[in-house]
Amino acid sequence: MRKVVVLGGGHSKFCFNSPKTSVEMLSEVAMDAIIESNLTPKDIQAINVGNVLGDFSEGQGMVQSFFANDIGCFNVPANRFEAACASGSIAIRDAFIWVASGYYDIVLVGGVERATAMGTPLATRTFAMYGDSRYEYPAGFTFPAAFALLAHLYSDKYKIPLPRLKKMMAAVSVQSHEYGMLNPNAQIQKLLTKADVLNSFMVTTPIQLHDACPFSDGAAAIVLASEDAAKKLTDKPVYIKGIGQASSGKLSSQYRYLPRLRARELAAEQAYKMAGLTPRDIDVCELHDCFSIAALIAAEGLGFFEYGTAGEAWERGETRLGGKIPINMSGGLKSKGHPVAATGLSQAYELTRQLRGQMADQGRQVDGAKYALQDTLGGDGVLVSIIYANQ
Amino acid sequence: MEYKLTFKEYNKALKQDKLLGLKCNDCGMYTCPPMMVCHHCAGTNLEIVEMAGTGKIVSFTTSYIGSEGREGELPITIVMVELDEGPWIFGNLIDIDHRTITMDLIGKKVKLGHKVFPGDKYSAGDAARPVFSFA
Repeated sequence: MRKVVVLGGGHSKFCFNSPKTSVEMLSEVAMDAIIESNLTPKDIQAINVGNVLGDFSEGQGMVQSFFANDIGCFNVPANRFEAACASGSIAIRDAFIWVASGYYDIVLVGGVERATAMGTPLATRTFAMYGDSRYEYPAGFTFPAAFALLAHLYSDKYKIPLPRLKKMMAAVSVQSHEYGMLNPNAQIQKLLTKADVLNSFMVTTPIQLHDACPFSDGAAAIVLASEDAAKKLTDKPVYIKGIGQASSGKLSSQYRYLPRLRARELAAEQAYKMAGLTPRDIDVCELHDCFSIAALIAAEGLGFFEYGTAGEAWERGETRLGGKIPINMSGGLKSKGHPVAATGLSQAYELTRQLRGQMADQGRQVDGAKYALQDTLGGDGVLVSIIYANQ
Repeated sequence: MEYKLTFKEYNKALKQDKLLGLKCNDCGMYTCPPMMVCHHCAGTNLEIVEMAGTGKIVSFTTSYIGSEGREGELPITIVMVELDEGPWIFGNLIDIDHRTITMDLIGKKVKLGHKVFPGDKYSAGDAARPVFSFA
């Protein structure tokens, strides 16, 4: 298996009500990624695109081939990957496998979503399609409700009284907004206090508005290349050192593990093993904080903290710049925004820049970062881990 | 290979307050809602059984937001119930004022009824779901 390098990247501003179409958003970030990689569209041999709801939001399916044509990647094979919020990350993982296997030398990976065009009621309906449609949606399943159920389970299982857990959850949102203020691509650049979180609209008990990420529009892209191809193009290679992916069934079927998500733990285990690393080696992490409680569950499942203790870690500042494991220096899904299929690409973009030391100007560089971990959760079922290294 | 118990048959029974599941003749464990194989051992030596329809609440949430077309159901209390036979299942809770719900709800014994979600243009028909009340 060959070594695989992440070359350039592109990232749109994440926002509400983008004036641009999905094809336009994706084309712009893809072209940025190609140019930053010292390549032209003619050099791209294959394209992987994450996109979940183009059909519902714009009446546009198969976005990958239309955008490929728009950027001058004429007739290049282009595939669409779908795993709800993990769509972008499975697109990266598969591109890695293609390049590592030797079949292609240079693959473009993008992700795009224009979710806010649907409006909140239809967006809520379509997002709920990534839960079980026959056995769970009829009872009123939505993703906020799924994580609300996990929050109460978490409180019960780890014997953390709910008011105490709520304060820990608020600490997650407060931190995310603080770093989101420093990220020019972030959707919601506004400082929050714990009181702001705890006084916000109750969405579904115990999840309040500021425990939840927003609906978002946006796109991001990266270029992957074989080590040989990359040598001629960059003197700051960032390698993909480990990948992992696992699936699971409907939320209720995961009852032997909840509130832990077994698929995440398996995906992370695969990635750590492949990279020859442990959680202690990771210098910076972008994890899937679609809800504040999701961040706690993720940080534990990735091995950074003992089960039931991540909330205290956030409160103690262990997840901040300079802390034990800086998490979501981008502002996370909460502040940066969460244009579903673009999220995995956004995480990759952020982490490769951290590993190249390019975030100092923005005041959120993890000094000397060597290893970075990306965690993405799709629906209640698909989990992806990717480990990057700058050596 | 065909499903031993399809959604169609499960749905038909639930509309009569009968919760159908699968018992594995190899490992003795139960699977509910149905799958093609045993949830525990992945075996296919399964038989259709009627579950007792009783269990205890393991988690809950009261939602004040919902999907397009379901606004009229709000607020709605969603529960995960551990059935006496072991599996967990999604349903709704009635018989309680949602404003009085606290963490004390966890562990409460409930029994099954049903309500039909009539479906929308994305759902390929209706679907009954368990509606629980206190046992």
